[in-house]
Amino acid sequence: MRRPVQSPRRGPRMDMVTPTAFTPWASLGGGVLIGISAVMVMGIFGRIAGIAGISQGALALPGAARDRDWRIWFVLGLLAAPLLMLALGGAIPQTVPQNLPAMAVAGLLVGTGTALGSGCTSGHGVCGLARLSVRSLAAVVVFMAAGFVTVFVLRHVIGGL
Amino acid sequence: MRGIWGFLSGLVFGLGLILSGMADPAKVQNFLDLAGAWDPSLAFVMGGAALTTFLGYRLVWRRAAPVLNPAFDLPTSRAIDRPLLTGAVLFGTGWGIGGFCPGPALTALPLLAPGTLVFVPMMILGLWIGARLKSSPAFIQGTAA
Repeated sequence: MRRPVQSPRRGPRMDMVTPTAFTPWASLGGGVLIGISAVMVMGIFGRIAGIAGISQGALALPGAARDRDWRIWFVLGLLAAPLLMLALGGAIPQTVPQNLPAMAVAGLLVGTGTALGSGCTSGHGVCGLARLSVRSLAAVVVFMAAGFVTVFVLRHVIGGL
Repeated sequence: MRGIWGFLSGLVFGLGLILSGMADPAKVQNFLDLAGAWDPSLAFVMGGAALTTFLGYRLVWRRAAPVLNPAFDLPTSRAIDRPLLTGAVLFGTGWGIGGFCPGPALTALPLLAPGTLVFVPMMILGLWIGARLKSSPAFIQGTAA
């Protein structure tokens, strides 16, 4: 079920890359949970479960929708998830890039881009595709392409952060 | 009630992010690394989430209205315009550099990795900048050009 996928084409400057195991079942199960949450938000509040928009609403940033109450609680639920996981004895494997200036730039780009583009992986990727929105499909294709190009340049042209 | 359901929805979303591997930037970056250590797991996350949502939406839309709000409120814009495409390029670039999109970044926050602690405040600053930029006349006028 879990087998590590190692690339035979790793170059000499690729040792910074942390290999991760291919986890189709856990990833599918996690995806279904994300979908259930998106359906809950639609069925209960009638809204798209886009995390960029929910964060904007919870923080009352400009352009945010008005019903702020449930969005604050949604973010608190997101924050509680890893704590519950750890309390239940689950492990959360995680490797976060350690280049802090790069992470600052990345955060700024992600925040600015999702606000400007009206959605992120959840808003456009999950909810938008589920609504068969062509606008969301365009956003997904473009941000995936930008992600592929960025990682290619970082890892295979520049040789890592 | 609204608070409880909001919290539960967020909790389920967060557990899904953790179980799926989305909250691990290494896994995201390996998914984006087609020419290297490619890990296709994230395609299963997106597929499972979008398919579940597709089916679930069609069930809940049979109701006249959502349970705790007067009406369904869906995005109405269909424009594939400059803010959408510029935003998607910026977001995809940041996603590739940091390995975090907004949900996983927030749910990873309590794990207190230094990279996350830098990423999240900058993301919030970016959300503010992006919202201001989206409503700026200069940017909107550029759309028509």
